[in-house]
Amino acid sequence: MADASLSAPSASLATTRTRYLEEVRRKRMYSGVLLAIFTLLMVMAFGVAEARNAGGFWEGLSLLGQFPSEVISEAWERRANIPAYFLSFVPSLIETLNIAAVSTLLGALLAVVFALLSTRGLARWPALAGVFRRITDTFRAVPEIVIALILIYILGGGPVPAMIAIAIHTAGALGKLFAEVAENADLKPVEGLTSVGASWGQKMWLGIIPQVAPDWLGYTLLRFEINVRASAILGFVGEGGIGHDLKIALQWGSGRYDEVVSIFLLLFITIVAIDQLSSHYRNRLVKGH
Amino acid sequence: MTDIAASAPQTDLRETVVANFRRRRLLSFAAPAVVMVYFVYIFFSFDIMGLVNRIRLDNAAILASDFWSYKTHVTRDNRNGEVEVAIEGENKGTYAAGDLPEWVTIENGVTVIDLGEGHVVTYDDAGARYVIPNYGTVNIIREGRDFTLDAPQPLPDWISASDTRVNVTTDQGRFAYTRARADTYRYQPGWELWFFTLDSPFSRKSFGELVGLALWEPRIDPDRSNFGYMLNEFWTNKMWQHNVIAWAIGETMLMAFIGTFLAAIISLPLAFLAASNFTPFAPVRFAIRRVFDFVRGVDALIFTILLTRAFGPGPMTGALAILITEIGSFGKMFSETLENIDEKQVEGLRSTGANSLQRARFGVLPQIMPVVLSQVLYYFEGNVRSATIIGAIVGGGIGLMLTQAISTQKDWEEVAYYMTLIILMVIAMDSLSAWLRRKLIKGDAGGH
Repeated sequence: MADASLSAPSASLATTRTRYLEEVRRKRMYSGVLLAIFTLLMVMAFGVAEARNAGGFWEGLSLLGQFPSEVISEAWERRANIPAYFLSFVPSLIETLNIAAVSTLLGALLAVVFALLSTRGLARWPALAGVFRRITDTFRAVPEIVIALILIYILGGGPVPAMIAIAIHTAGALGKLFAEVAENADLKPVEGLTSVGASWGQKMWLGIIPQVAPDWLGYTLLRFEINVRASAILGFVGEGGIGHDLKIALQWGSGRYDEVVSIFLLLFITIVAIDQLSSHYRNRLVKGH
Repeated sequence: MTDIAASAPQTDLRETVVANFRRRRLLSFAAPAVVMVYFVYIFFSFDIMGLVNRIRLDNAAILASDFWSYKTHVTRDNRNGEVEVAIEGENKGTYAAGDLPEWVTIENGVTVIDLGEGHVVTYDDAGARYVIPNYGTVNIIREGRDFTLDAPQPLPDWISASDTRVNVTTDQGRFAYTRARADTYRYQPGWELWFFTLDSPFSRKSFGELVGLALWEPRIDPDRSNFGYMLNEFWTNKMWQHNVIAWAIGETMLMAFIGTFLAAIISLPLAFLAASNFTPFAPVRFAIRRVFDFVRGVDALIFTILLTRAFGPGPMTGALAILITEIGSFGKMFSETLENIDEKQVEGLRSTGANSLQRARFGVLPQIMPVVLSQVLYYFEGNVRSATIIGAIVGGGIGLMLTQAISTQKDWEEVAYYMTLIILMVIAMDSLSAWLRRKLIKGDAGGH
């Protein structure tokens, strides 16, 4: 009796151990194979990219310092001009920031609608929740540059095409994040409001929005940081804002590098400042004051 | 006694609550008001009123119709009387003289173009005529080198006429007459010649004919099978350039792939140096963190410009631009993840005498790997999108093709095609990364 009860666990222990080791070995093998495939892909990708690039990687590496040093030395010679340039580029910087701010606001407002309509349990028309989720995905998938360039053709230049393009992408990106937050919201306030006969809008406004507002605001601020960069890039590719000034200054080539450096610095300072501010406020939102 | 003691904090509480409510009420009105004021400011700052005047609805109409249709040009050179019928006016889309579409007939120097719904355009040596039902005939009479217009007066706004040019735009097509040439454009739905251009032997064949050619008909080119020939003709389609576009999409994904994953590989060890629980030596930590901050602050745009100067246009430059930018974001994110790990596993390993590399491999990596991988994959899908824009700046990938196609303002169906491809690519990468994330996280959670 005692013998049997003692040997049985030790036998099962042995099998468990072999099974465990086998499991570990298999897992290691899988990881190894995955790692090998990944390494192979990376090496191949690097080779293809190298072959299709105009300049090679290693020659480029040696040239890397050349352009910046050229720019900086020229700008240093004419450093006296830089403060004046700072002032002259402030209007376009403000335009870039305005594009980012308006598109974040509009995108966030649209995202609220998308999120509430596509969240299970909250949707105004539950049957259409999937449709709204698809619309959100599509909005997120369209790269800003596609919409911006087409709108430039229709609307002419100016900040509006970039604004609409970024707003659409923001609505998609925030819509998804907002919906994830709203999914985890407590439904008890909504039930309470339902019991007193509140309309859908009242239920959302009084039952859901107060719960999710801090998280939503945090995501919106983070999006604003991203959109400032996007707005600068779109200016460079399309029109409007400080990106466009940068393109023009660069096209001029040597002779206007002091302008280039001013714009670089202005952009750098702005982005760092906005990142700091936004992360400060996001921290406050997370800690609840 | 007890009464006073109890009531004092109560009024206090009541006052704070009321004050709190008042503040919130104020905020809930003030915030929308501020937003409204800001929108009003933007309305004037962005010159929305002026935009209404500048908006080019005709461009929008061209764009919309080009997205789903193609146009065929019927052009007569008025100096020598030669007529050419070409899809989109391109060489590769020119119909052979004996093989015109059925709605164009050329006999004895008279060209008759039937645009459908009773709209008929005729070109001949005496000039050109456009018969429009419910309106009349737009008659252009040549006199030597000049021409005169004879049409029912007053001219509607869809006809514009000057001494040198007559333009007629109807639902059936467009007609333009100048001294040098007469042009008629007919719009038809679809993206024409998507499979084979007109100079290919497989052009204008039905699907059944193509299957027959591929499977049992004799070889057109004795050197290769019809099916291979067909694939080659499709792949090298001169109008739609499927091979070039496939490469461009590949380049775009390449940029995102190399940039994201190489950045992750580089920033993981750096993140150990920036995490307070792994690098007790503060100056190193501080320096590495400032590097991350700097890299994130200097925007991708600036890196892209600097790198283009050194590496020239191409996917490698785009990949490096993404790589440098992402080192900043990954470094910050990974070091934060590292600071939040559970120290117990590391302690356990330390008690068995594991060195720091072993502790990192067996105590830390298994904890952070699911988070790290899912973050990297999430960034990868974002970078596929960014690679389109970066491609437009560095000159590589589908982004470049898109900006080029848009800047020529000619072939909008190509723009529509590229847009569709970009959106499909992004959606495909989204789903791939979401699937991989689910797999990896689940797999790892079960594993340890």
